[in-house]
Amino acid sequence: MTFPDRIERIVEIAQPPAKVWAALTTAEGLSAWFGKEASIDLRPGGLARMRFDNGSIVHMRVERVEEPTAFGYTWQIYGLPEDDPRRTYVEFTLEPAGAGTRLTMVESGFAQLPEDAYRSAYDSNTGGWTSELGELVDYLNAAA
Amino acid sequence: MPQPDVEAIAEQVFVALADPSRRAILAALAAGGPATATDLAGRLPITRQAIAKHLALLAEAGLVTAEPGERRRVRYRLRSGPMRVAQQFLAALARDWDGQLDALKEHLDQQARGSGED
Repeated sequence: MTFPDRIERIVEIAQPPAKVWAALTTAEGLSAWFGKEASIDLRPGGLARMRFDNGSIVHMRVERVEEPTAFGYTWQIYGLPEDDPRRTYVEFTLEPAGAGTRLTMVESGFAQLPEDAYRSAYDSNTGGWTSELGELVDYLNAAA
Repeated sequence: MPQPDVEAIAEQVFVALADPSRRAILAALAAGGPATATDLAGRLPITRQAIAKHLALLAEAGLVTAEPGERRRVRYRLRSGPMRVAQQFLAALARDWDGQLDALKEHLDQQARGSGED
């Protein structure tokens, strides 16, 4: 098994970079092909979000804006809880190719390690809310 | 600190999840919190002996941890770290960039056709 840390795709699109840029970086563009609804504050540090057909919402943070050649953002790792701080970084780079555009998409960071993957760190950590609740119950029982 | 081997961690999770009894045990611990082998035997259609065997394997793989206690009253709790590592592996598979990038191309082609007709 090979653990994928990054996903990389290159696609050739028969449209000039300006059109591709608009599809990637505007609410109208994003909602036409990516999410069902989208909003975006296009500047580094700006927030964006998309709602998908299944009702799920993803929050993004714009990181890189170099019109019309590079657009990067971070977003939540698919499947992790919404409050999980880990993010993957997605970067689109656009290069003119004839009358069209060569678009490269790289999403990286899938193999970042959670703190508690370190067994020693975990073993020294007696936290976790189930144990906290257990302690609360023990405390209340002892007081009763 | 040595770098844990992510692939080995994810593999242990998938091996553990490949067995229906172990899935049932992990699901019971996730849903109900820490439990003894006897608790689990009362809740699941699995003998206590088989549960003890599966718990030993899960503990060896780092997916559950035994809380200190007398032998028959040892409670096992889920360790979420390895699950999260495996989840990151699944996240990469579930992202579906091929579908999204096809949709992007389709969208731009439609736009081009639309503007050509104007």
